[in-house]
Amino acid sequence: MATRLQYENNCEIGVFSKLTNAYCLVAIGGSENFYSTFEAELADVIPVVKTSIAGTRIIGRMCAGNKKGLLLPHNTTDQELQHLRNSLPDSVVVQRIEERLSALGNCISCNDHVALTHPDLDKETEELIADVLGVEVFRQTVAGNILVGSYCTFSNIGGLVHPHTSIEDLDELSTLLQVPLVAGTVNRGSDVIAAGLTVNDWTAFCGSDTTATELSVIESVFKLREAKPSALVDEMRKSLIDTYV
Amino acid sequence: MAEDTGMFTVSQTIGSVLCCKCGITMQPNAANMCTRCLQSEIDITEGLQKQVTIVHCPECNKYLQPPKTWTGAELESKKLLSFCIRRLKNLNKVRLVNAEFVWTEPHSKRIKVKLKVRKEVLNGALLEQSYTVEYVVQDQMCETCSRAQVNPNQWVAVVQLRQHVTHRRTFFYLEQLILKQDAAKSAIRVRQMDQGIDFFFNNRSHALKFVEFLGKYVPIRTRSDKQLISHDPKSNSYNYNYTFSVEISPICREDLICLPPKVAASLGNPGPLVICNKVSSSISLLDPFTLRQSFLDADQYWRSNFKALMSSRQLVEYIVLDVEAISSEVNVGGSRCLLADAQIARVSDFGKNDTIFNVRTHLGHILNAGDYALGYDLCNTNSNDIELDKYKGLVLPEVILIKKSYEEKRQKKRGKPRTWKLRSLNMDIDSAAKGGGGSDEKMDSEYEQFLRDLEENPDLRFNLSLYRNKDYQPSELASVVDGEDPPSIPLDELLADLDLSDGDGDDDETIDLDSIRG
Repeated sequence: MATRLQYENNCEIGVFSKLTNAYCLVAIGGSENFYSTFEAELADVIPVVKTSIAGTRIIGRMCAGNKKGLLLPHNTTDQELQHLRNSLPDSVVVQRIEERLSALGNCISCNDHVALTHPDLDKETEELIADVLGVEVFRQTVAGNILVGSYCTFSNIGGLVHPHTSIEDLDELSTLLQVPLVAGTVNRGSDVIAAGLTVNDWTAFCGSDTTATELSVIESVFKLREAKPSALVDEMRKSLIDTYV
Repeated sequence: MAEDTGMFTVSQTIGSVLCCKCGITMQPNAANMCTRCLQSEIDITEGLQKQVTIVHCPECNKYLQPPKTWTGAELESKKLLSFCIRRLKNLNKVRLVNAEFVWTEPHSKRIKVKLKVRKEVLNGALLEQSYTVEYVVQDQMCETCSRAQVNPNQWVAVVQLRQHVTHRRTFFYLEQLILKQDAAKSAIRVRQMDQGIDFFFNNRSHALKFVEFLGKYVPIRTRSDKQLISHDPKSNSYNYNYTFSVEISPICREDLICLPPKVAASLGNPGPLVICNKVSSSISLLDPFTLRQSFLDADQYWRSNFKALMSSRQLVEYIVLDVEAISSEVNVGGSRCLLADAQIARVSDFGKNDTIFNVRTHLGHILNAGDYALGYDLCNTNSNDIELDKYKGLVLPEVILIKKSYEEKRQKKRGKPRTWKLRSLNMDIDSAAKGGGGSDEKMDSEYEQFLRDLEENPDLRFNLSLYRNKDYQPSELASVVDGEDPPSIPLDELLADLDLSDGDGDDDETIDLDSIRG
C-alpha cells in the first residue's frame, strides 16, 4: 500500500527518510506530520527513529542499509552514532565507514540480498558492504548514471529504475538483482527515483506529486496491493486457501 | 565513438514508460509526459499577441512601421511576412520555427499568419506549438501621398544648375554622366531652362548629394537658401523649400584664355595666353608655346573669376602646308604634345590669295602637311578684354591652333548612322524660357558637335556609357574608302544596350534629336 506525503512541502521523500524491513529512519522536521505518517503506518511493526546524520536532515541520501546493517558516512557525529546504536534493534549492525564518497545513499542501492554500488567506490568499502549488510555487491550504472543509489530503488520483491534505461540494461540489472524491474517515474515525471520514493517489502511512501499512473506502476512492481507485514504473511500462508482482491 | 576504437558495444533499445498523467505507453522524454498531456498542461503561446493592427496606405500600397517608416510590400510576399513578424512584441521569449500566410480575401482587410514556435518547458523538454495571428489592416494615407494629392508639383529642394555661356556642351556631357552614375534617380522632375537645368527633389539631403556629385566633375560654386512654406506652432515643425544655386565656371575645353596678371603670377607665370584643355573638378590650362600645364582649383578660379578670351564658336579652319618639329614629343598630363613650327593658310583663303601664316603650335604630333586644323584667328579678332590690355608690350601670335579637323573625312560619312548611341535624360522643356525658333537647329548642330567630340577624345568617353546601335549595319563601301577614316569608337568600348522597351522599341532607342527639342 503506497502512501503519498510531503516533508515540509517538499515531495522528495526519499531524501529525508530511509525505510528498510527492520527499521525506519526519519529526519527531524519542523512539524511532526512527517514522523506521524510513518508512525501511523509502521509503529506496530518496526521502530521508527528520528535522527540527523552529520548534522543534516538529508539522512536518506547519507546512509545505506538493509535489515542486517546500516552504513554511515565518516562525518556522522559520535552522538548520532550512539543514538542510532541505541534505538535500532540489536540484529542491525551500525557501522561508520571511511569513504571519500560520503553520500552513501546516492552511491549504494541495496535490498537484503544484493547491492548495486557506484563504480568508483573503494575496494575496502565494497568489502565492508558485503560484510556488514551481508549482500553480494555489483558495481553498475543505471541509464548511464553512476549514482545508482539515486536512480534506482529495489526491495526483495521488485524494483523501479530511471525511465531512460534501455531494455538491454533492464534485463542485465534484473538478472543481477534477481527481481523484476520496471522503468518508470515518480513525482509527476521526475526521474530521480530514490529521492521521490522509499520502499520496503510491504509498504511504500512517495511524494504527493506522484500521479495515479505512477502510483499504480509502483504498486504493481513492488506487489503492494496484497502486501502485509512479512511476519503475518508467513503465518497466514498455511491457513489461506484463496484471496479475494 | 566507441565503435571507432573497435570496442564492442551493446545496441541499446529504448524501453517504454507510462505517461505519468494519462498512463499510455510512450518513449521516455525529459518531461516523461506524453505530448498531449504536455500540451494540455502548458501553453507556450501564453502572453503572445494574437491580434495586431497595421496601417496601410491605399495609394502607394505601403505599410507603416511606426513612427515614420513606410515599407512597400505586396500581399503574401516575403517582405510583408517579415514586416508582420517584426510588428509582434514578445516574440523573443520563444523561438520561431516557421511562419506562413493563411489565405484571406484581399478585401477583407485581414491578414492571417500561422506561426510555429518552440520553447523549453519543465526539465528540458522542447515543446513546439503553432498558432495564428490575425492582423487587422487599417487604411490611412501616408505623408508623401497626402502631400502629393494636395499639390502634385510639390517639391522640397531644387538644384538650379547654370553656366553662363552660349553653348550647351557642358550640359550634354553632364547629362551623360548623370545617366551613367544614376545621380538623378531621386529627382522627381528635371526641367531644362535657358542656360541651365533645374533638378527638383523631395528631400534636402538628396539635393545636397546631387550638388556634391556635380562638384566632383565640374568646377562649381554654390549658394543655398531656404524659404518657409508652412509651420505648425503646436509641434514646432517647420516646412521649408530649399534652393541650391549652382554655377559652373564658364571656362570650357578649347577656350583661349588670357590670364589676369595675379592669376598668372600664382601659377608660375605661364604665358598670358593659355588654352584650356581639360575641365573636371579643376581646370587644366596648357601654354601652347612652352607646353607647360597648370591647374586651377574651383575655389581658385572663382576667386579671380576671369572669362575666356575666345571660345570654340569662333574657331576658324586652316589647312596645314608644312610642319617642322622643334623639340621632341613630350607627355603633358597624360596626352602627347609636340612643339612644332607650321605653315598654315585659312581654308577660305586657300586658292584665292597667298595669305600664309608661320605659327608655333603644340599639335606637331598629329599634324602633317595636307591636314586640316581648327584654330583661333587672333590677328583678325577685335577682343575687348581688359586683361589683355593689362599686359603692355605683349605680342599676340597671329593664329593659335587648337585641334585637328576631320571635316573632310566626315563629309564622306555624312548621313550614315554611327555604330554607337547615347541615352538621354527625361527633361521637361520650359517653352517660355526657350529662345526663338532658330535655336532648334542650333541645338541639333551643337549635339552633333558633342558627338564628334566624343569620337575624337577617348578621355572624354572615359566616364560615360556608350551603347551599341542596333540599326547600324557596317556597309560594304567602307572598305573602299581610302585614306584615314575619321576617328571612331572601337566596338569593344560600347555596351550592349538594355532593351527596356516592349519589343517594338528600336525606334525609341535610336538617338532621337526630337527628344532634346521636345
